[in-house]
Amino acid sequence: MIENHMTIMLVVLPMLAAPLIALLPSKNLSWGLAILTATLQLYLAVNVLLDVQGGTAIHYELGGWAPPWGISYRLDSLNGLMALLVCLINFVCLLYAKASIEAEIPGRKLGLFYATWQLVVTGLLGIVLTGDIFNLFVFLEISSLSTYALIGMGRQRQALMAAFQYLLSGTLGASFFLIGVGLCYAATGTLNMQDLASQIGQSDQPMTLYSGFAFLFTGLLLKAAIYPLHAWLPNVYQFSPQAVSALLSATSTKVALYVVVRCLLDVFGVEFSLSRLFADLLLLAGSLAILFGSLRAIQQTDLKRLLAYSSIAQLGYSVVGLGLLTVTGLSGALVHLFNHGITKAALFMGAGMLALGPGTTLLTRLAGGTHRPWLLLLFLTGGLSLIGFPGTVGFISKWMLALAAIEQGHWWLLVVILLGSLLAILYVWKFIETLYFVPQNPPETSTGPVPGRGMWLACGLLCLAIVYFGLDTRFTLGVAMDAARQLLGVHP
Amino acid sequence: MMAEYPPFLNFYLAALFYLLLSPLFGPRLRFLLPLVPLLSLGQLIILSPDASWSWQLASLSMEWLRVDKLSLLFGYLFHLAAFIGFVYALHVKDTLQQVSALLYAGSALGAVFSGDLLSLFLFWEMMAVSSSGLVFARQTQTARGAGIRYLIVQVLSGVLLLSGALVQFQQTGTLRFDAMQADGIAGGLILFAFGIKCAFPLLHNWLVDAYPESTASGTLFLSAFTTKVAVYALARGFAGTELLVYIGAIMTCFPIFYAVIENDLRRVLAYSLINQLGFMVCGVGLGTALALNGAVAHAFADVIFKGLLFMSMGAVLHRVGHTLGSDLGGLHKTMPKSTLLCIIGAGSISAFPLFSGFVTKSMIMSAMIEAGHDWLWLALLFASAGVFHHAGIKIPFFAFFAHDRGLRPKEAPVHMLFAMSMSAFLCLLIGMFPQLLYRLLPWQMNYWPYDLTHTLTQLQLLFFSALAFVWLNKQGIYPPELRSVNLDSDWLYRKYLPNMARWLWSVREFTQPGIARVQSVILRPFSHQSGLTAFDTSQLLLKLLLGLAILIGIGLLSSDLFN
Repeated sequence: MIENHMTIMLVVLPMLAAPLIALLPSKNLSWGLAILTATLQLYLAVNVLLDVQGGTAIHYELGGWAPPWGISYRLDSLNGLMALLVCLINFVCLLYAKASIEAEIPGRKLGLFYATWQLVVTGLLGIVLTGDIFNLFVFLEISSLSTYALIGMGRQRQALMAAFQYLLSGTLGASFFLIGVGLCYAATGTLNMQDLASQIGQSDQPMTLYSGFAFLFTGLLLKAAIYPLHAWLPNVYQFSPQAVSALLSATSTKVALYVVVRCLLDVFGVEFSLSRLFADLLLLAGSLAILFGSLRAIQQTDLKRLLAYSSIAQLGYSVVGLGLLTVTGLSGALVHLFNHGITKAALFMGAGMLALGPGTTLLTRLAGGTHRPWLLLLFLTGGLSLIGFPGTVGFISKWMLALAAIEQGHWWLLVVILLGSLLAILYVWKFIETLYFVPQNPPETSTGPVPGRGMWLACGLLCLAIVYFGLDTRFTLGVAMDAARQLLGVHP
Repeated sequence: MMAEYPPFLNFYLAALFYLLLSPLFGPRLRFLLPLVPLLSLGQLIILSPDASWSWQLASLSMEWLRVDKLSLLFGYLFHLAAFIGFVYALHVKDTLQQVSALLYAGSALGAVFSGDLLSLFLFWEMMAVSSSGLVFARQTQTARGAGIRYLIVQVLSGVLLLSGALVQFQQTGTLRFDAMQADGIAGGLILFAFGIKCAFPLLHNWLVDAYPESTASGTLFLSAFTTKVAVYALARGFAGTELLVYIGAIMTCFPIFYAVIENDLRRVLAYSLINQLGFMVCGVGLGTALALNGAVAHAFADVIFKGLLFMSMGAVLHRVGHTLGSDLGGLHKTMPKSTLLCIIGAGSISAFPLFSGFVTKSMIMSAMIEAGHDWLWLALLFASAGVFHHAGIKIPFFAFFAHDRGLRPKEAPVHMLFAMSMSAFLCLLIGMFPQLLYRLLPWQMNYWPYDLTHTLTQLQLLFFSALAFVWLNKQGIYPPELRSVNLDSDWLYRKYLPNMARWLWSVREFTQPGIARVQSVILRPFSHQSGLTAFDTSQLLLKLLLGLAILIGIGLLSSDLFN
């Protein structure tokens, strides 16, 4: 019985947990329920992913209503991988959040904080799992609205403004998406993704469909912070509470990019959506993102802002992989979503631990982290992964992307990818140098609260994951290859 | 069976344990470090010749243990160097240095036992990162600057190697690391990558920039591994590439001029390191069995005698605090043992008969003559005289003799003397019983260095060179030791590029859209300096809307085109 409902449980569990958590009387109980939910979800996510490995898909009809009238959930390798990423990061970030958040948010708000957190997770998993494009919009709004609330809880006073900015830009993106969905509905009369896919070729209103397509994508690109539409991201990542930065950096943009992949290749299909021009545009946008993001990251003086710009650059890699439209490129892009997710979460967690005392992540205030030598290990692992150093996950995705670029004969792309790595050294070095090699002026940072055990555990887990998945790629890359083959309709 | 795993694991595991245990035992743990290379050497000796070990990474098989005579020779050499290095570094209590050195030595071993380009790249990059730790360990502002320049260049080399490997994989479907052609894209990229690590002319600045900035023991490790791995890679990949003969000849000659005017004695040694590399590159380029043997044998001897010289200068650094030729002198009065050991090193690098440099360098010289490169042979001869001049005489003379500056430091610590004595012993041993080394050489040959003509030529050369030094010094023509920074072609990236970037930045400031500037002037009074403001928000929305408009436009247009 339960097994049939595993897919939907992933979404329903946090939704049910949210109000309970808000009602629980103590912060420890709230956190306990949250982490319990997260553990269950992680277990479920691993299970469903194992079920769909090798190319099968799970269909689930909500309330027993068959599509295209009812809402259906469909789970294959692609969203199985994304669901695992969300659940994994959710679990690890919650482990981390307990000590981190208690230092930032007054105790009476903690219950609400965890409840909102659950709603974000509900939204993200809903987006990933649903097979209905309007349902997807609803989940997009659920996750966005609750994200705004989480960001606003940041300790610095700019947090509210950052949340407001994100609200404005997020709404902009969502409205464009909604307009797109509306136009597509007008042209085809269906909202179910698979049904939509089958109607695309036969629609008698191609212009409406094209406009819908254009609106839908620009909206999604904004949500995913792809290069020309990235401007909202740095403020959000910089001023959020530490644990929220980690959660968002690893999941929200990645999930939006997942929707891009899903719609481009699955719903609209390669023939419809990817004229050569559009694919080249993706390559161009991705390359610009890599260069621009890295260069801007080098200029930053705030650790979290630096990491935010590096995220923009790293998302560029995935976009490039998508634009290549080959199995190698696409699987590189997908595995990079996962790999960069765990890397960036680890780095944001490290930044959060340094910020515990001084309450800021300005590099000058963090100088001289030598009293926490173990963190150096974390920053080194994460930093090397950003650079794409062999033995870390970053290498795997960049290797695949470089290989794909050469397969297609795009030499300039290879240069961009490798140049991106070189620039990454500069910004990684910038924070490692200021944190560990510049002598500390007043020894003030050592007086702040000590990082809790959960924080260390979370960081340790992610570091291990970075190295483990960098050495043993059977699982991550295998699933990504499966997904890429399915999406491009290539049979092994 | 038990011992059949790649030796780099010994060092990596030791590094891991050192990191884990040092909070418990503190710096006492460092006394165990010399045991690591010793035990690992034992494992290497009982390693069976057909052992192999590979790792599967995403459909690629990475071969981490390929044993043949060439890799074994470098394997022994690196263990030896690591052992001497750790003995010499027994006074160091800095965890960063110890762990970097362990990882660095391990990576160098990993690189020489790698059977494919991807593993080579892996260890190539590991070497870059771990060795930069040794540069940074000096903890000075200049060392940090040199360290980051060093790291960038090293990683650039790795990136080139990776792209070469990718292209090769694309073209041939295999990543095996064997003899390659230098004229394709793949070969060219890989040769360029090797060339950076091997300090080819114009690509050499990282070496003279960073090595002298490291700590006393750090420089010792640095001088032993990176460039020798490059020589190994060249010998395996590009043996017999004609181009290398000319590159090598240039490498032997040009550093001499810089070395003569340089004041920092450790930097002089760095230049002379390039000069010695030139001999090896020549040998690799010639590609005959004798020349290749000469190249690897010279690499072997060079690690030991160059190490000895760096150690003696390290001892001076340790006791006096600097190695500026202009401010040293007269140290032989209180550091007689170091002086003697330094002179043995100087004798070896100058290739005096009965010292190690002689029996290895003469192989390359003979091979040069056999191949008919008379002019290049003369160039090498000139270079040999130059070596004697700047490394053989200048180093011991300015440090230990010259003008007495009244410095009366203590003799070097016992462990340093011990490490130096080991090296000195090896220098003499190889010099007197060359068969010991020749037996290990990978290619078949029949060669004996001590024939009459060869010995006489070398002695004549050395004595006339010494005469020139004495005469120039007496006449007062010899360039005086000045406290200055000599930039060579690295002015390009140390001066020109930063200035260029600054200029570009100022242009950008100047050409910012006029409206934005006016806006910011008008609105500035209303904005808090640090906070986010309504103005920022409007700017953000403006940017996003502009982006959206452009993308929508393109989307609609492209669909129109599509129709």
